[in-house]
Amino acid sequence: MARVQLVHVAHTRSGDKGDTANVGVIAYDSEHYDLLCSQLTTDRVKAHFGSMVRGDVERFELPNLGALNFLLYGALGGGGTMSLMNDAQGKVFSTALLRIEIEVPDEVARAVQGRGRLPPAG
Amino acid sequence: MSDNGRVVRVASGQGFWGDDLEAPVRQVEGGPIDYLMLDYLAEVTMSIMQKQRARDPNAGYARDFVPLMQRIFPACIKQGVRVVTNAGGVNPRGCAEALAEAGRTAGVAGHAKVGLVTGDDLMDRLDSLLGEGHELRHMETGAPLCEVRERVQSANAYIGAAPIVRALEFGADVIVTGRSTDTALTYGPLMHEFGWAMDDVDQIAAGVVAGHINECGAQSTGGNCMIDWWQVPDLAAVGFPIVEVGADGKFVVTKHHGSGGWVTRASVTEQILYEMGDPTTYITPDVIADFTSIQLDDQGDDRVRVHGITGRARTDFLKVSIAYSAGWKATGTLTYSWPDAAAKAKAADRVLRERLDRLGLRFDEMRTELVGWDSTHGALAGEPPADLPEVQLRVGVRADERASVERFTREIAPLVLTGPPSVTGFAGGRPRVQEIMAYWPALIERSVVEPHLVVDVQEV
Repeated sequence: MARVQLVHVAHTRSGDKGDTANVGVIAYDSEHYDLLCSQLTTDRVKAHFGSMVRGDVERFELPNLGALNFLLYGALGGGGTMSLMNDAQGKVFSTALLRIEIEVPDEVARAVQGRGRLPPAG
Repeated sequence: MSDNGRVVRVASGQGFWGDDLEAPVRQVEGGPIDYLMLDYLAEVTMSIMQKQRARDPNAGYARDFVPLMQRIFPACIKQGVRVVTNAGGVNPRGCAEALAEAGRTAGVAGHAKVGLVTGDDLMDRLDSLLGEGHELRHMETGAPLCEVRERVQSANAYIGAAPIVRALEFGADVIVTGRSTDTALTYGPLMHEFGWAMDDVDQIAAGVVAGHINECGAQSTGGNCMIDWWQVPDLAAVGFPIVEVGADGKFVVTKHHGSGGWVTRASVTEQILYEMGDPTTYITPDVIADFTSIQLDDQGDDRVRVHGITGRARTDFLKVSIAYSAGWKATGTLTYSWPDAAAKAKAADRVLRERLDRLGLRFDEMRTELVGWDSTHGALAGEPPADLPEVQLRVGVRADERASVERFTREIAPLVLTGPPSVTGFAGGRPRVQEIMAYWPALIERSVVEPHLVVDVQEV
């Protein structure tokens, strides 16, 4: 097994509902959806965000789309117009989750190397 | 597909108030469409419009919509493209009147009908509703609205597609609503075209998914698309989404041939997950859609087929969007340069806080971020390196009293000559004090709202 950053395995999209941020996580390769399910537990995601998320973390599965949806409660400093955050509507909140490291089989780690990042110039 | 394979094309022209002004023009001119939906409203937008109406009773709607229609009105009438929009915001009547005037200027008088939907505005009825026992409890905190009643500025029910369908039946070419739910701008025309009844829950749910894919404009066609973003073609002329829907609810997401961006399984999936709650229970005024039932087939050539969608019967409640004044805030910024940029910014923040403290100012919240280091990833960014070329100090405060926020805005610029060195970026002057219009989502029985909805269709 090897540890890789989520950014190489999935892409994400986030948004807001009041003080709740949603983080959608989509496997680049739908064969890796099960890996996301086993690695991205609510406990791990909650621990990853630490003080950035004051409330609970809830997870929903969308196997047809190879995707997970997380709701992060109390993540946006009161949300909407109340928030003093630069990212008051959680538009890029999901990119913070891309930093998390997950455990994958060695062959997966080799296959996803460089995925999700701008290829080197030239 | 049934219905002789007929498809209805609903094109998206605006994803929010402030979106690409040329996009609706490209949608009308770039190829065949049947409907153009323009979504201008978000939770925050209603609060902003409310502030504008408080200053000017003729304001309170998406003003961009009127000059836009002046441009495209003749082409829409000529081609039979019908426009459905929630540009009316908190003043749909004012919006419809300005639209009719724009239509006359554009030369469509006698050839066009404007539909106006009112009745979503609950403000005038608020006290009687509260008196009748509708507590309008906050959907997240559970608190009853009476706690902030005297500070409420607006209250609008998210309404469904029925008034849109009625206006289309009356022959409206352009329909202006207030707080119509975003997705209804897409599935309303589909219910009208295909005669879907309220118990056709799977078809309406499919229309809701189509609406969700349409409602944020280019966010489903390559804009803000994370996957291989550097390869998205010609974003300068990005094509906005078009859904081609059949009578059975199956549809294809695409865009005009030759336009920029791309429609792929990944681009559509990203948009499907945007602002998603529990995907099995996507509640709208007309149906509950199950987003876990969605099947996507990427057919290539910027076409993604969407099918398999199931729905369940609607609830007895409508969501209400309430805005209430919740104090004041301001945000000040200064830029610090290398060497030790972040250390200087943090030192300036300490000086600022000590001065505010000595002035005896108290805030409900004060927040410091370093833009260029931690404003989006917080503590996950770690400690900034000493060689960071530059960083922007961003300090925000929030308080019930305007005076203390006002005083805060006068304490930023002095730091330039009285604080740590290598600072710039203050040319914009003092930060602006903003009144906070906070959002209070609640539920109300649909039976007390829907009888009050009025559809008015008039010749331009």
